[in-house]
Amino acid sequence: MVTALPKKLEVLEASKFYDTKSGPLHAVDKFDVAIESGDFISLVGPSGCGKSTLLWSIAGLHDLSSGQINLDGAKIDGPNDQIGMVFQEANMLPWRNLIKNIEFPFEIKKIPPAQDRINELLKRVGLIGFDNKFPRELSGGMQQRASIVRALSFDPSVLLMDEPFGALDAFTRDEMNLLVQEIWLETHKTIVFITHNIAEAVFLSNRVCVMTARPGSLAQVYEVDYPRPRSLEMMSDPSILKLVNQIRENIIGKK
Amino acid sequence: MVDKILGDKIPSFKKGHSNSDGEVSITNWSALTKVQSRTIGEILLIILFAMIIIGGLELYVIAYDVPQFVFPRPSSIVAALFTDIEFIAPHLGHTLVELFSGFFFGASTGLILAGIITQFPFVEKIVAPYILMLVTTPMLALVPLLILRFGFGYEPRIIAVALASGPMVMINSATGFRRVDLAKIALARSFGASTMQIFLKIRIPMALPMIIVGLMVGAIFGLLTAVGAEMVGGGFGLGNRLTTFSATIKMPQFFAVILILSLLGILIYLFFFLVGKKWASWES
Repeated sequence: MVTALPKKLEVLEASKFYDTKSGPLHAVDKFDVAIESGDFISLVGPSGCGKSTLLWSIAGLHDLSSGQINLDGAKIDGPNDQIGMVFQEANMLPWRNLIKNIEFPFEIKKIPPAQDRINELLKRVGLIGFDNKFPRELSGGMQQRASIVRALSFDPSVLLMDEPFGALDAFTRDEMNLLVQEIWLETHKTIVFITHNIAEAVFLSNRVCVMTARPGSLAQVYEVDYPRPRSLEMMSDPSILKLVNQIRENIIGKK
Repeated sequence: MVDKILGDKIPSFKKGHSNSDGEVSITNWSALTKVQSRTIGEILLIILFAMIIIGGLELYVIAYDVPQFVFPRPSSIVAALFTDIEFIAPHLGHTLVELFSGFFFGASTGLILAGIITQFPFVEKIVAPYILMLVTTPMLALVPLLILRFGFGYEPRIIAVALASGPMVMINSATGFRRVDLAKIALARSFGASTMQIFLKIRIPMALPMIIVGLMVGAIFGLLTAVGAEMVGGGFGLGNRLTTFSATIKMPQFFAVILILSLLGILIYLFFFLVGKKWASWES
Protein backbone atom coordinates (compact mmCIF):
# COMPACT_ATOMS: atom_id res chain seq x y z
CA MET A 1 0.00 0.00 0.00
CA VAL A 2 1.06 3.53 -0.71
CA THR A 3 1.39 5.39 2.51
CA ALA A 4 2.61 8.80 1.43
CA LEU A 5 0.46 11.03 -0.74
CA PRO A 6 1.55 10.76 -4.35
CA LYS A 7 3.49 13.71 -5.67
CA LYS A 8 1.81 15.90 -8.28
CA LEU A 9 4.42 15.03 -10.88
CA GLU A 10 7.04 12.34 -10.66
CA VAL A 11 9.70 11.85 -13.29
CA LEU A 12 11.24 8.43 -12.71
CA GLU A 13 14.46 7.52 -14.49
CA ALA A 14 13.21 9.09 -17.68
CA SER A 15 15.42 8.34 -20.70
CA LYS A 16 14.87 9.21 -24.30
CA PHE A 17 16.63 8.16 -27.48
CA TYR A 18 15.87 9.54 -30.91
CA ASP A 19 16.46 7.62 -34.08
CA THR A 20 18.38 9.92 -36.35
CA LYS A 21 20.08 9.28 -39.67
CA SER A 22 23.44 9.18 -37.92
CA GLY A 23 22.24 6.62 -35.38
CA PRO A 24 20.41 6.86 -32.08
CA LEU A 25 20.68 10.14 -30.26
CA HIS A 26 20.63 9.95 -26.49
CA ALA A 27 18.68 13.03 -25.45
CA VAL A 28 17.71 12.43 -21.84
CA ASP A 29 19.37 10.05 -19.41
CA LYS A 30 17.67 8.71 -16.30
CA PHE A 31 16.23 12.01 -15.23
CA ASP A 32 14.59 11.97 -11.83
CA VAL A 33 12.54 14.65 -10.17
CA ALA A 34 9.51 14.82 -7.93
CA ILE A 35 7.32 17.87 -7.92
CA GLU A 36 4.81 18.72 -5.21
CA SER A 37 1.42 20.14 -5.97
CA GLY A 38 1.67 23.92 -6.25
CA ASP A 39 5.44 23.85 -6.69
CA PHE A 40 7.32 26.03 -9.16
CA ILE A 41 10.45 24.49 -10.63
CA SER A 42 12.69 25.55 -13.49
CA LEU A 43 14.83 23.45 -15.76
CA VAL A 44 18.03 25.07 -16.98
CA GLY A 45 20.97 23.60 -18.79
CA PRO A 46 23.19 23.89 -21.83
CA SER A 47 21.62 24.08 -25.28
CA GLY A 48 20.37 20.75 -26.57
CA CYS A 49 20.47 19.12 -23.15
CA GLY A 50 17.01 17.66 -23.55
CA LYS A 51 15.01 20.15 -21.50
CA SER A 52 12.32 20.49 -24.12
CA THR A 53 12.29 16.75 -24.76
CA LEU A 54 11.62 16.17 -21.10
CA LEU A 55 8.90 18.80 -20.99
CA TRP A 56 7.24 17.37 -24.10
CA SER A 57 7.30 13.97 -22.45
CA ILE A 58 5.57 15.40 -19.38
CA ALA A 59 2.98 16.93 -21.72
CA GLY A 60 2.40 13.48 -23.20
CA LEU A 61 3.56 14.59 -26.64
CA HIS A 62 6.45 12.12 -26.68
CA ASP A 63 6.81 8.73 -25.19
CA LEU A 64 9.93 7.87 -23.25
CA SER A 65 12.44 5.22 -24.26
CA SER A 66 12.52 4.07 -20.66
CA GLY A 67 11.38 5.26 -17.28
CA GLN A 68 8.04 6.87 -16.61
CA ILE A 69 6.32 10.07 -15.62
CA ASN A 70 3.41 10.09 -13.21
CA LEU A 71 0.75 12.71 -12.78
CA ASP A 72 -1.10 12.32 -9.48
CA GLY A 73 0.29 8.82 -9.29
CA ALA A 74 -0.96 7.73 -12.70
CA LYS A 75 1.37 7.16 -15.63
CA ILE A 76 1.27 9.79 -18.36
CA ASP A 77 0.81 8.10 -21.72
CA GLY A 78 -0.69 10.90 -23.76
CA PRO A 79 -2.00 14.45 -23.61
CA ASN A 80 -3.88 15.14 -20.42
CA ASP A 81 -6.61 17.62 -19.49
CA GLN A 82 -4.75 18.42 -16.29
CA ILE A 83 -1.77 19.78 -18.20
CA GLY A 84 -1.61 23.12 -20.00
CA MET A 85 1.36 24.03 -22.11
CA VAL A 86 2.82 27.39 -23.07
CA PHE A 87 5.07 27.15 -26.09
CA GLN A 88 8.03 29.10 -27.30
CA GLU A 89 7.15 32.24 -29.26
CA ALA A 90 3.51 32.02 -28.19
CA ASN A 91 2.60 29.57 -30.98
CA MET A 92 -0.62 31.34 -31.89
CA LEU A 93 -2.53 30.10 -34.91
CA PRO A 94 -2.17 33.04 -37.31
CA TRP A 95 -5.46 32.37 -39.12
CA ARG A 96 -7.50 32.73 -35.94
CA ASN A 97 -8.19 35.91 -34.04
CA LEU A 98 -7.32 36.18 -30.37
CA ILE A 99 -10.55 34.84 -28.95
CA LYS A 100 -10.68 31.98 -31.47
CA ASN A 101 -7.12 31.10 -30.48
CA ILE A 102 -8.06 31.02 -26.84
CA GLU A 103 -11.16 28.94 -27.53
CA PHE A 104 -9.13 26.49 -29.61
CA PRO A 105 -8.58 23.95 -26.78
CA PHE A 106 -12.33 23.83 -26.17
CA GLU A 107 -12.96 23.29 -29.86
CA ILE A 108 -10.55 20.35 -29.84
CA LYS A 109 -12.02 18.94 -26.64
CA LYS A 110 -15.53 19.53 -28.03
CA ILE A 111 -16.80 21.33 -24.96
CA PRO A 112 -18.30 24.82 -24.71
CA PRO A 113 -15.66 27.45 -23.88
CA ALA A 114 -15.53 28.55 -20.25
CA GLN A 115 -16.48 32.16 -21.03
CA ASP A 116 -16.32 33.50 -17.49
CA ARG A 117 -12.96 31.97 -16.85
CA ILE A 118 -11.56 33.19 -20.16
CA ASN A 119 -12.81 36.73 -19.55
CA GLU A 120 -11.38 36.73 -16.06
CA LEU A 121 -8.00 35.55 -17.36
CA LEU A 122 -8.02 38.07 -20.22
CA LYS A 123 -8.70 40.80 -17.70
CA ARG A 124 -5.98 39.44 -15.46
CA VAL A 125 -3.33 39.66 -18.19
CA GLY A 126 -4.67 42.96 -19.56
CA LEU A 127 -5.97 41.73 -22.89
CA ILE A 128 -9.51 43.07 -22.79
CA GLY A 129 -10.77 44.49 -26.08
CA PHE A 130 -8.43 42.56 -28.38
CA ASP A 131 -10.79 39.65 -29.08
CA ASN A 132 -10.97 40.27 -32.81
CA LYS A 133 -7.30 41.09 -33.37
CA PHE A 134 -5.19 38.61 -35.28
CA PRO A 135 -1.86 37.47 -33.86
CA ARG A 136 0.10 39.53 -36.40
CA GLU A 137 -1.62 42.64 -34.99
CA LEU A 138 -0.41 41.89 -31.45
CA SER A 139 3.03 42.43 -29.95
CA GLY A 140 5.16 39.45 -28.89
CA GLY A 141 4.35 40.10 -25.24
CA MET A 142 0.62 40.27 -25.94
CA GLN A 143 0.76 37.05 -27.94
CA GLN A 144 2.55 35.28 -25.12
CA ARG A 145 0.01 36.61 -22.61
CA ALA A 146 -2.75 35.27 -24.83
CA SER A 147 -1.03 31.90 -24.96
CA ILE A 148 -0.89 31.83 -21.16
CA VAL A 149 -4.62 32.51 -21.11
CA ARG A 150 -5.10 29.71 -23.65
CA ALA A 151 -3.10 27.28 -21.53
CA LEU A 152 -5.02 28.17 -18.36
CA SER A 153 -8.44 28.49 -20.00
CA PHE A 154 -9.43 24.88 -19.33
CA ASP A 155 -8.16 25.05 -15.76
CA PRO A 156 -5.35 22.49 -15.77
CA SER A 157 -3.54 21.84 -12.50
CA VAL A 158 -0.12 21.74 -14.14
CA LEU A 159 1.35 24.44 -16.37
CA LEU A 160 4.35 23.57 -18.52
CA MET A 161 6.23 26.51 -19.99
CA ASP A 162 8.79 25.84 -22.70
CA GLU A 163 11.12 28.84 -22.91
CA PRO A 164 8.08 31.09 -23.18
CA PHE A 165 9.84 34.46 -23.06
CA GLY A 166 13.02 33.71 -25.00
CA ALA A 167 12.01 35.89 -27.93
CA LEU A 168 10.92 38.89 -25.88
CA ASP A 169 12.96 41.98 -25.10
CA ALA A 170 14.34 42.34 -21.57
CA PHE A 171 11.69 44.77 -20.33
CA THR A 172 8.77 42.76 -21.61
CA ARG A 173 10.40 39.70 -20.16
CA ASP A 174 10.58 41.27 -16.67
CA GLU A 175 6.95 42.25 -16.99
CA MET A 176 5.99 38.72 -18.02
CA ASN A 177 7.97 37.23 -15.13
CA LEU A 178 6.07 39.39 -12.66
CA LEU A 179 2.81 38.33 -14.31
CA VAL A 180 3.71 34.64 -14.10
CA GLN A 181 4.56 35.03 -10.43
CA GLU A 182 1.25 36.77 -9.75
CA ILE A 183 -0.70 34.12 -11.59
CA TRP A 184 1.15 31.39 -9.73
CA LEU A 185 0.51 33.06 -6.36
CA GLU A 186 -3.18 33.43 -7.20
CA THR A 187 -3.84 30.01 -8.71
CA HIS A 188 -1.16 27.80 -7.17
CA LYS A 189 -0.77 25.77 -10.30
CA THR A 190 2.15 23.39 -10.39
CA ILE A 191 4.53 25.02 -12.86
CA VAL A 192 7.49 23.54 -14.71
CA PHE A 193 9.40 26.28 -16.47
CA ILE A 194 12.16 25.91 -19.04
CA THR A 195 14.50 28.79 -19.71
CA HIS A 196 17.97 29.70 -20.88
CA ASN A 197 17.94 32.65 -18.55
CA ILE A 198 19.29 31.73 -15.11
CA ALA A 199 18.12 34.97 -13.49
CA GLU A 200 14.62 34.30 -14.77
CA ALA A 201 14.71 30.77 -13.36
CA VAL A 202 15.91 32.00 -9.97
CA PHE A 203 13.40 34.82 -9.84
CA LEU A 204 10.43 32.58 -10.56
CA SER A 205 11.12 29.19 -9.01
CA ASN A 206 11.20 27.47 -5.69
CA ARG A 207 13.78 25.12 -7.14
CA VAL A 208 16.10 25.37 -10.11
CA CYS A 209 17.07 22.02 -11.64
CA VAL A 210 20.31 22.15 -13.58
CA MET A 211 20.72 19.58 -16.32
CA THR A 212 23.96 18.19 -17.70
CA ALA A 213 24.89 18.43 -21.37
CA ARG A 214 23.41 15.76 -23.66
CA PRO A 215 22.40 13.21 -22.65
CA GLY A 216 20.62 15.40 -20.15
CA SER A 217 20.40 14.18 -16.62
CA LEU A 218 19.88 16.01 -13.37
CA ALA A 219 23.15 17.65 -12.30
CA GLN A 220 21.99 19.59 -9.28
CA VAL A 221 18.97 21.17 -7.67
CA TYR A 222 19.20 24.66 -6.18
CA GLU A 223 16.62 25.82 -3.68
CA VAL A 224 15.65 29.47 -3.94
CA ASP A 225 14.71 30.49 -0.43
CA TYR A 226 13.36 33.94 -0.93
CA PRO A 227 10.04 35.21 0.32
CA ARG A 228 7.10 35.83 -2.01
CA PRO A 229 5.99 37.94 -3.62
CA ARG A 230 9.39 38.65 -5.06
CA SER A 231 10.20 41.95 -6.67
CA LEU A 232 12.74 42.62 -9.40
CA GLU A 233 15.01 44.22 -6.78
CA MET A 234 15.57 40.73 -5.45
CA MET A 235 17.84 40.15 -8.40
CA SER A 236 20.40 42.61 -7.03
CA ASP A 237 20.51 40.90 -3.64
CA PRO A 238 24.09 39.61 -3.10
CA SER A 239 22.93 36.16 -2.05
CA ILE A 240 20.80 35.86 -5.19
CA LEU A 241 23.64 37.13 -7.40
CA LYS A 242 25.86 34.50 -5.82
CA LEU A 243 23.29 31.80 -6.49
CA VAL A 244 22.92 32.86 -10.13
CA ASN A 245 26.68 32.73 -10.53
CA GLN A 246 26.88 29.34 -8.89
CA ILE A 247 24.32 27.97 -11.30
CA ARG A 248 26.08 29.55 -14.26
CA GLU A 249 29.38 28.00 -13.20
CA ASN A 250 27.68 24.67 -12.83
CA ILE A 251 26.38 24.85 -16.40
CA ILE A 252 29.32 26.32 -18.31
CA GLY A 253 32.14 25.48 -15.89
CA LYS A 254 34.41 27.93 -14.09
CA LYS A 255 36.07 30.38 -16.43
CA MET B 1 3.21 6.21 -31.31
CA VAL B 2 3.08 9.91 -30.72
CA ASP B 3 6.68 10.22 -31.91
CA LYS B 4 5.75 8.86 -35.31
CA ILE B 5 3.13 11.51 -35.76
CA LEU B 6 5.43 14.24 -34.60
CA GLY B 7 7.90 13.14 -37.19
CA ASP B 8 10.45 11.75 -34.76
CA LYS B 9 12.04 15.09 -34.40
CA ILE B 10 13.63 16.77 -31.50
CA PRO B 11 11.41 19.54 -30.32
CA SER B 12 12.42 22.67 -32.07
CA PHE B 13 10.56 25.69 -33.15
CA LYS B 14 12.38 26.60 -36.27
CA LYS B 15 10.25 28.89 -38.30
CA GLY B 16 10.08 28.99 -42.05
CA HIS B 17 8.90 26.25 -44.33
CA SER B 18 10.70 24.54 -47.14
CA ASN B 19 8.62 25.59 -50.07
CA SER B 20 11.23 25.01 -52.71
CA ASP B 21 10.20 21.46 -53.58
CA GLY B 22 8.15 21.19 -56.73
CA GLU B 23 6.17 24.30 -56.17
CA VAL B 24 4.41 25.47 -59.28
CA SER B 25 2.99 28.88 -58.86
CA ILE B 26 2.92 31.79 -61.22
CA THR B 27 1.97 34.33 -58.65
CA ASN B 28 3.49 35.81 -55.63
CA TRP B 29 0.73 35.63 -53.08
CA SER B 30 1.89 38.55 -51.01
CA ALA B 31 1.77 40.73 -54.08
CA LEU B 32 -1.71 39.43 -54.74
CA THR B 33 -3.08 40.30 -51.37
CA LYS B 34 -1.48 43.67 -51.13
CA VAL B 35 -4.29 46.10 -50.67
CA GLN B 36 -3.96 49.11 -52.87
CA SER B 37 -5.84 52.22 -52.14
CA ARG B 38 -6.06 54.66 -55.00
CA THR B 39 -6.66 58.35 -54.87
CA ILE B 40 -9.13 60.04 -57.23
CA GLY B 41 -6.21 61.52 -59.16
CA GLU B 42 -4.77 58.06 -59.77
CA ILE B 43 -8.12 56.75 -60.94
CA LEU B 44 -8.45 59.63 -63.40
CA LEU B 45 -4.93 58.94 -64.62
CA ILE B 46 -5.78 55.27 -65.20
CA ILE B 47 -8.91 56.20 -67.19
CA LEU B 48 -7.01 58.81 -69.16
CA PHE B 49 -4.30 56.29 -70.03
CA ALA B 50 -6.88 53.76 -71.22
CA MET B 51 -8.59 56.43 -73.35
CA ILE B 52 -5.30 57.42 -74.97
CA ILE B 53 -4.42 53.79 -75.78
CA ILE B 54 -7.85 52.86 -77.18
CA GLY B 55 -8.49 56.23 -78.84
CA GLY B 56 -4.98 56.25 -80.28
CA LEU B 57 -5.49 52.77 -81.70
CA GLU B 58 -8.77 53.87 -83.26
CA LEU B 59 -7.17 56.92 -84.86
CA TYR B 60 -4.17 54.93 -86.06
CA VAL B 61 -6.36 52.31 -87.72
CA ILE B 62 -8.40 55.04 -89.45
CA ALA B 63 -5.45 57.25 -90.38
CA TYR B 64 -3.30 54.48 -91.85
CA ASP B 65 -6.24 52.59 -93.31
CA VAL B 66 -5.25 49.34 -91.57
CA PRO B 67 -7.10 46.46 -93.25
CA GLN B 68 -9.79 44.89 -91.11
CA PHE B 69 -8.17 41.43 -91.16
CA VAL B 70 -5.01 42.91 -89.62
CA PHE B 71 -6.76 44.87 -86.90
CA PRO B 72 -10.35 46.15 -86.78
CA ARG B 73 -11.24 49.51 -85.32
CA PRO B 74 -11.70 49.24 -81.53
CA SER B 75 -15.11 50.87 -81.88
CA SER B 76 -16.20 48.16 -84.31
CA ILE B 77 -15.14 45.50 -81.78
CA VAL B 78 -17.35 47.11 -79.15
CA ALA B 79 -20.14 47.46 -81.70
CA ALA B 80 -19.81 43.77 -82.62
CA LEU B 81 -20.01 42.90 -78.96
CA PHE B 82 -23.49 44.47 -78.91
CA THR B 83 -24.80 43.54 -82.35
CA ASP B 84 -23.57 39.93 -82.36
CA ILE B 85 -23.98 39.17 -78.67
CA GLU B 86 -26.97 36.93 -79.37
CA PHE B 87 -24.77 34.79 -81.61
CA ILE B 88 -21.86 34.76 -79.16
CA ALA B 89 -23.71 34.35 -75.85
CA PRO B 90 -24.82 30.70 -76.36
CA HIS B 91 -21.22 29.79 -77.13
CA LEU B 92 -20.05 31.56 -73.98
CA GLY B 93 -22.57 29.37 -72.15
CA HIS B 94 -21.06 26.20 -73.67
CA THR B 95 -17.53 27.25 -72.74
CA LEU B 96 -18.62 28.02 -69.18
CA VAL B 97 -20.30 24.62 -68.87
CA GLU B 98 -17.08 22.92 -69.98
CA LEU B 99 -14.94 25.09 -67.75
CA PHE B 100 -17.08 24.69 -64.64
CA SER B 101 -17.68 20.96 -64.88
CA GLY B 102 -14.10 20.17 -65.93
CA PHE B 103 -12.68 22.38 -63.23
CA PHE B 104 -15.04 20.94 -60.64
CA PHE B 105 -13.99 17.35 -61.35
CA GLY B 106 -10.32 18.18 -61.84
CA ALA B 107 -9.93 20.48 -58.84
CA SER B 108 -11.81 18.28 -56.39
CA THR B 109 -9.89 15.19 -57.46
CA GLY B 110 -6.59 17.10 -57.29
CA LEU B 111 -7.39 18.49 -53.88
CA ILE B 112 -8.43 15.15 -52.41
CA LEU B 113 -5.42 13.35 -53.89
CA ALA B 114 -3.09 16.04 -52.54
CA GLY B 115 -4.61 15.65 -49.09
CA ILE B 116 -4.21 11.88 -49.14
CA ILE B 117 -0.82 11.62 -50.80
CA THR B 118 0.93 14.08 -48.51
CA GLN B 119 -0.06 11.92 -45.57
CA PHE B 120 2.11 9.14 -46.98
CA PRO B 121 5.51 10.52 -47.96
CA PHE B 122 6.50 7.17 -49.46
CA VAL B 123 3.52 7.11 -51.84
CA GLU B 124 4.28 10.71 -52.69
CA LYS B 125 7.78 9.82 -53.83
CA ILE B 126 6.45 7.10 -56.13
CA VAL B 127 3.75 9.16 -57.82
CA ALA B 128 5.65 12.47 -57.97
CA PRO B 129 7.10 11.94 -61.49
CA TYR B 130 3.66 11.16 -62.94
CA ILE B 131 2.12 14.20 -61.33
CA LEU B 132 4.91 16.33 -62.69
CA MET B 133 4.34 14.83 -66.13
CA LEU B 134 0.63 15.63 -65.90
CA VAL B 135 1.43 19.20 -64.93
CA THR B 136 3.96 19.79 -67.68
CA THR B 137 2.22 17.99 -70.56
CA PRO B 138 -0.12 20.32 -72.43
CA MET B 139 -3.42 18.48 -72.15
CA LEU B 140 -4.49 20.15 -75.37
CA ALA B 141 -2.30 17.59 -77.12
CA LEU B 142 -4.69 14.85 -75.98
CA VAL B 143 -7.79 16.52 -77.42
CA PRO B 144 -7.65 14.89 -80.90
CA LEU B 145 -7.41 11.51 -79.18
CA LEU B 146 -10.27 12.35 -76.83
CA ILE B 147 -12.39 13.47 -79.78
CA LEU B 148 -11.75 10.12 -81.48
CA ARG B 149 -12.98 8.35 -78.41
CA PHE B 150 -15.80 10.63 -77.24
CA GLY B 151 -16.92 12.52 -80.34
CA PHE B 152 -17.54 16.22 -80.81
CA GLY B 153 -19.66 16.87 -77.72
CA TYR B 154 -18.88 18.22 -74.29
CA GLU B 155 -17.04 15.11 -73.05
CA PRO B 156 -13.58 15.48 -74.60
CA ARG B 157 -13.46 19.14 -73.61
CA ILE B 158 -14.56 18.56 -70.03
CA ILE B 159 -12.01 15.78 -69.71
CA ALA B 160 -9.27 18.00 -71.13
CA VAL B 161 -10.16 20.83 -68.73
CA ALA B 162 -10.16 18.42 -65.79
CA LEU B 163 -6.80 17.00 -66.84
CA ALA B 164 -5.32 20.47 -67.22
CA SER B 165 -6.62 21.97 -63.97
CA GLY B 166 -6.50 18.92 -61.69
CA PRO B 167 -2.73 18.37 -61.54
CA MET B 168 -2.16 22.11 -61.16
CA VAL B 169 -4.48 22.22 -58.15
CA MET B 170 -2.91 19.05 -56.82
CA ILE B 171 0.72 20.09 -56.97
CA ASN B 172 0.06 23.44 -55.31
CA SER B 173 -2.20 21.96 -52.64
CA ALA B 174 0.38 19.27 -51.93
CA THR B 175 2.97 21.96 -51.36
CA GLY B 176 0.55 23.54 -48.92
CA PHE B 177 -0.19 20.29 -47.12
CA ARG B 178 3.50 19.52 -46.89
CA ARG B 179 4.13 22.54 -44.72
CA VAL B 180 4.63 21.07 -41.33
CA ASP B 181 4.77 23.29 -38.35
CA LEU B 182 5.64 20.86 -35.60
CA ALA B 183 4.89 23.36 -32.86
CA LYS B 184 1.34 24.00 -34.12
CA ILE B 185 0.64 20.31 -34.47
CA ALA B 186 2.04 19.76 -30.97
CA LEU B 187 -0.20 22.54 -29.69
CA ALA B 188 -3.31 20.83 -31.04
CA ARG B 189 -2.08 17.47 -29.82
CA SER B 190 -1.46 18.83 -26.33
CA PHE B 191 -5.20 19.47 -26.14
CA GLY B 192 -5.80 15.87 -27.19
CA ALA B 193 -6.52 16.51 -30.88
CA SER B 194 -7.07 13.48 -33.11
CA THR B 195 -5.23 13.06 -36.42
CA MET B 196 -8.43 14.13 -38.18
CA GLN B 197 -8.76 17.26 -36.04
CA ILE B 198 -5.13 18.13 -36.74
CA PHE B 199 -5.80 17.73 -40.44
CA LEU B 200 -8.94 19.86 -40.38
CA LYS B 201 -7.85 22.55 -37.96
CA ILE B 202 -4.11 22.85 -38.54
CA ARG B 203 -3.06 21.34 -41.85
CA ILE B 204 -5.93 22.64 -44.00
CA PRO B 205 -5.76 26.23 -42.73
CA MET B 206 -1.99 26.20 -43.17
CA ALA B 207 -2.35 24.83 -46.70
CA LEU B 208 -5.17 27.18 -47.66
CA PRO B 209 -3.10 30.00 -49.19
CA MET B 210 -1.35 27.50 -51.48
CA ILE B 211 -4.64 25.74 -52.27
CA ILE B 212 -6.20 29.01 -53.37
CA VAL B 213 -3.20 29.80 -55.59
CA GLY B 214 -3.53 26.29 -57.05
CA LEU B 215 -7.24 26.76 -57.72
CA MET B 216 -6.61 30.05 -59.46
CA VAL B 217 -3.83 28.72 -61.66
CA GLY B 218 -5.88 25.59 -62.31
CA ALA B 219 -8.95 27.60 -63.35
CA ILE B 220 -6.95 29.74 -65.76
CA PHE B 221 -5.29 26.66 -67.24
CA GLY B 222 -8.77 25.18 -67.51
CA LEU B 223 -9.99 28.20 -69.49
CA LEU B 224 -7.03 27.98 -71.87
CA THR B 225 -7.60 24.29 -72.41
CA ALA B 226 -11.37 24.66 -72.91
CA VAL B 227 -10.88 27.28 -75.63
CA GLY B 228 -8.06 25.30 -77.22
CA ALA B 229 -10.11 22.12 -77.25
CA GLU B 230 -13.00 23.98 -78.89
CA MET B 231 -10.67 25.16 -81.62
CA VAL B 232 -9.55 21.60 -82.35
CA GLY B 233 -12.97 20.21 -83.09
CA GLY B 234 -16.70 20.45 -82.55
CA GLY B 235 -19.28 22.98 -83.62
CA PHE B 236 -19.77 25.16 -80.54
CA GLY B 237 -17.98 27.11 -77.85
CA LEU B 238 -16.00 30.38 -77.87
CA GLY B 239 -12.94 28.63 -79.29
CA ASN B 240 -15.02 27.37 -82.18
CA ARG B 241 -16.28 30.93 -82.74
CA LEU B 242 -12.69 32.13 -82.98
CA THR B 243 -11.91 29.69 -85.79
CA THR B 244 -15.23 30.42 -87.54
CA PHE B 245 -14.92 34.22 -87.30
CA SER B 246 -11.32 34.20 -88.47
CA ALA B 247 -12.12 31.85 -91.35
CA THR B 248 -14.89 34.22 -92.49
CA ILE B 249 -12.76 37.28 -91.75
CA LYS B 250 -15.26 38.69 -89.28
CA MET B 251 -12.54 40.41 -87.34
CA PRO B 252 -14.65 42.69 -85.09
CA GLN B 253 -16.57 39.60 -83.93
CA PHE B 254 -13.29 37.69 -83.58
CA PHE B 255 -11.86 40.37 -81.29
CA ALA B 256 -15.14 40.64 -79.41
CA VAL B 257 -14.72 36.97 -78.45
CA ILE B 258 -11.09 37.62 -77.45
CA LEU B 259 -12.34 40.48 -75.27
CA ILE B 260 -14.88 38.18 -73.60
CA LEU B 261 -12.16 35.59 -72.97
CA SER B 262 -9.84 38.07 -71.34
CA LEU B 263 -12.69 39.37 -69.19
CA LEU B 264 -13.37 35.77 -68.17
CA GLY B 265 -9.73 35.35 -67.17
CA ILE B 266 -9.79 38.58 -65.17
CA LEU B 267 -12.98 37.46 -63.41
CA ILE B 268 -11.33 34.17 -62.44
CA TYR B 269 -8.34 36.03 -61.10
CA LEU B 270 -10.48 38.53 -59.19
CA PHE B 271 -12.64 35.80 -57.71
CA PHE B 272 -9.69 33.90 -56.26
CA PHE B 273 -8.02 37.14 -55.26
CA LEU B 274 -11.06 38.00 -53.13
CA VAL B 275 -11.29 34.46 -51.77
CA GLY B 276 -7.63 34.69 -50.83
CA LYS B 277 -8.12 38.04 -49.18
CA LYS B 278 -10.95 36.64 -47.11
CA TRP B 279 -9.42 33.29 -46.13
CA ALA B 280 -5.68 33.57 -46.47
CA SER B 281 -4.79 37.16 -45.70
CA TRP B 282 -3.23 36.10 -42.40
CA GLU B 283 -0.16 35.00 -44.27
CA SER B 284 1.00 38.27 -45.77
